Amino acid sequence: MIRKYFLLGITILVSMGFTAQLVYLQLIQTEYQLQSENNAILKQTLYPERGLIYDRNHKLLVGNQLAYDVLYIPENGASFDTLEFCTILNFSKESLIEQLQKAKLFSYKLPSIVIQHLNEEEYALFQEKIWKYPGFFLQKNTIRDYHVETMANILGYISEVNPYEIKRNPQYELGEQIGRQGIEKTYENTLKGKKGVAYFQKDRFNKIIGAFEEGKYDLAPTPSENLTLTIDIDLQDYGVQLLQNKRGGIVAIEPQTGEVLALVSAPSYKSPQLEGRKRSAYFSRLQQDTVAKPLFDRALQAEYAPGSPFKTLNALIGLQEEVIKPTTSFICQGGHFYARNAFMECHCALGSVNDLTRGIYRSCNTYFAQTYQKIIGAYPTPQEGTDRWNAHLKSFGLGNYLGYDLPTGRPGFIPNSAYYDQWYPNKNWKAPTIISNAIGQGEVLITPIQMANFTAAIANKGYYIKPHFTKGPVVNTKLEKNYTTISPEHFEPVIEGMHQVVEKGTARIAKINGVEVCGKTGTVENFVKINGQKTQLTDHSIFVAFAPKENPKIALAVFIENGYWGSRWAAPIASLMIEKYLTKTVKRNWLEQKMINGSLAEEYAKPYSGKPFAINE
Amino acid sequence: MNNKLLYRLDWWAILCYLLLISFGLVNIYSNAYNGDPVPLFNTSNIVGKQLMFFIICLILLLPTLYLNPILFEHLAFTIFTVSVVLLLGLFLFGTKISGATSWYNLGGIRFQPSEFTKISVSLLIAYVLSGIDAHLKRTQTLIKFWVIILLPMVLIVAQPDPGSALVFLGLVFVLIREGGNFGFILIGFYALFLFLLTIVINPINTSLIVGFLFFIFLYFFGTRRAKRKSVWPYFILLFLSVGFSFTVNFIFNEVFQQRHRDRINLVLGLVEDNQGIGYNINQSKIAIGSGAFTGKGFLEGSQTKGGFVPEQHTDFIFSTVGEEWGFIGSFGLVLLYTLFIARILFRAEKHTHTFSRIVSYSFASILFVHFGVNIGMTLGLVPTIGIPLPLISYGGSSLLAFSLFFFIYLNLDANRLR
Repeated sequence: MIRKYFLLGITILVSMGFTAQLVYLQLIQTEYQLQSENNAILKQTLYPERGLIYDRNHKLLVGNQLAYDVLYIPENGASFDTLEFCTILNFSKESLIEQLQKAKLFSYKLPSIVIQHLNEEEYALFQEKIWKYPGFFLQKNTIRDYHVETMANILGYISEVNPYEIKRNPQYELGEQIGRQGIEKTYENTLKGKKGVAYFQKDRFNKIIGAFEEGKYDLAPTPSENLTLTIDIDLQDYGVQLLQNKRGGIVAIEPQTGEVLALVSAPSYKSPQLEGRKRSAYFSRLQQDTVAKPLFDRALQAEYAPGSPFKTLNALIGLQEEVIKPTTSFICQGGHFYARNAFMECHCALGSVNDLTRGIYRSCNTYFAQTYQKIIGAYPTPQEGTDRWNAHLKSFGLGNYLGYDLPTGRPGFIPNSAYYDQWYPNKNWKAPTIISNAIGQGEVLITPIQMANFTAAIANKGYYIKPHFTKGPVVNTKLEKNYTTISPEHFEPVIEGMHQVVEKGTARIAKINGVEVCGKTGTVENFVKINGQKTQLTDHSIFVAFAPKENPKIALAVFIENGYWGSRWAAPIASLMIEKYLTKTVKRNWLEQKMINGSLAEEYAKPYSGKPFAINE
Repeated sequence: MNNKLLYRLDWWAILCYLLLISFGLVNIYSNAYNGDPVPLFNTSNIVGKQLMFFIICLILLLPTLYLNPILFEHLAFTIFTVSVVLLLGLFLFGTKISGATSWYNLGGIRFQPSEFTKISVSLLIAYVLSGIDAHLKRTQTLIKFWVIILLPMVLIVAQPDPGSALVFLGLVFVLIREGGNFGFILIGFYALFLFLLTIVINPINTSLIVGFLFFIFLYFFGTRRAKRKSVWPYFILLFLSVGFSFTVNFIFNEVFQQRHRDRINLVLGLVEDNQGIGYNINQSKIAIGSGAFTGKGFLEGSQTKGGFVPEQHTDFIFSTVGEEWGFIGSFGLVLLYTLFIARILFRAEKHTHTFSRIVSYSFASILFVHFGVNIGMTLGLVPTIGIPLPLISYGGSSLLAFSLFFFIYLNLDANRLR
């Protein structure tokens, strides 16, 4: 019995199931009716042109250019000469087939992008032969047009949004561009503008017959805003030129405003290469260079021991804590015994007597070791002294993210008592234990932009404005005076010391005729691990400076990795940068040529040679 | 031959057949309509082509009706052999269209042998099962049955056209009707249930649920039965179920291809992607749903005209019906199909001659599989399997094959043998 009616029963059951689904789809649900109407209205997004970027002197840095995308509608397609197609457009056959397959899967009637960003030559060739390729057409698009090569680390780049970002930010649509890194990322909202939308009515054959309801619902795109940077492109270019074949960074700031004039990181990469289809190959090549690390922004991200420039800060703290006066002198015995059998060398002659100014321009280690011991010792416990010292330094913007308007950066490190308590659990550490901090070696870590910033604070005699990269129309940084914990009168002797550094001290090479330069050299010991062994490399060459002495216009920090003496590379480079910025011309051609042509490639190859090598030559 | 053949014809079935074909032509016309009237007697468009094939069907009608029904029995093996040879020949002479080598190209007219294989397989099965000592309880007959079904299936899967091959499994209904073992179909459904459950949740939870059900079953029913009966078979079944459940992920990920996984995931609602993999189904649902109660009217469907539903004149033709004829039209079509199948089944049961009964039954089974899978897929209830809606979808081979099958049914029905 059941056998006879089995199929009949199942047929009736299935039909009832279908009927139920039909009732649901056609009689209960209304969503599908709406969607069908949506299909009859074409929504087209109108994109405003992305904002232009200018430098502080209104030179155009980044513009826009036309690029063409190749689109394909599978319905109109027919067989074509794939070989010629791929040769013209410089595209591989496999990816072409894959793209066409994707297009078919997406929709038979709607266009899909097959190839993006043709260059002019490809566009011209393809335009000529497009009649041979049914179903293909070209669509205009804009991409970035870079007028500069030297500031990729500041500008960042733009690329297509990925599905993950669309999920988080639904206002983006597939194929739209989004700023990545640098200014393009921070000021995405300013540069992007606001999308508009236009609606078109389609007839039932899916053809456009005009604007929908006479454009009642259309929305014109809001034009994007152009951005003016604080960067002086001439100075930036010059800095990049000076740093060629070296590793390191230059940060130049206008002290009164906190505007960053130049931010150079070497080695770096070139913006135009990051546009269009070249990017992925170029980018992976950059990423694979784990030795020179071109993607690592040494001006913002590299945390170095600051070395001798740090002595200026210790001097200021000493004055503020009233443990020294400008007239306080210490005798240097060619070094300083800070504990039994623990000697800190100094290059002063035996028995020199240094006051504060001399201590700075001779860069006397003994002087600052004594000062530091007094600072820490001014309080009942070294813990209190250290925390006090830490608070002073924090007021210079050290030991934390600076808060400038670029998305990359590092906090650096200023140790406090808790840190040392952790290292010495029985808390029996004293000032001599941490004496290296006196001369900027020890545990202190500072990024070049922080170094330039504290130099600006010294130049301003007690305050700084957070470094920032844009003049307007919007600035994503709080522009207020951040006062340091040091009273203004204490800056005078330190600035005088820094002036003497250039006049008769360690950095006489940085002297510029007609400009009063203040600076401080640094020569920083550094170590790396080679095959698990701690190995000392050639010292880093550092110089911080500002000029002119009265009413300073530029403050900067120069950091040259493994350049040895501060006066060998960093001081001349800083001096040339100052001359370039203040006088617009560089008169010292011999020095300029020496710096531009000088290369540290041999120095950088040493640790990778696999052989023992000499340092500090 | 009896001269009063016309009186004995199954006119109800013929009415259904003609209604279905005309409704199909109307909807194909709507698909072809592009603003200008489509010329009906011009084979350059799909309406003209379909009409031409229908006329060929009508020409074939008389000779098929007036054949001696015994001939089908005698020729069953020969026809089967020919169709297998035709399937084999595809590997040498076939034309590849959208990935499958399922077609012969005879001077511009394409011919798909797998459609006709449905007839030949049914005839041979009917012949074998109606033999004097044949019975499906006998292993020998059962083996014959499966060989006849699986041989063309394997050849069609190799084309590859798994959708068309799947249709042959519909002949399992014949097996059930003719006294085959019922148990395996229950096991089949059980396995399918486990498979889907595992995909939706996961093997561990599935095993727990199955174990729990077994426990309840044993607790309430196991003790009432005679104690002599061992519980071991239950445990073996439980063990196999859990084992199967844990191999599902492997089968799903390794044996199935991505598009198969996508289709299953879509129907189960595990993924939603209306722009990519779910585009077809979603647009098809939009078309049907937007038809509402009365539909948008003949030639007025914007989904149909806009071409949003791919393959709309062939496999997805039901979405045109839904959009332009609304609930009335689509429910009417479902009803008409149900009546058609029911009528064939009803007449089949009246046969006293086994061969005739089985052929009619096979026809109903195959119609049912097409009907169930095709409309189910268009409504988003069944994973996408590309088989046409018989007599409605555009496609010459399909129309010709189903018409021929129907005429054979008519012949056998009118000439009852004793």
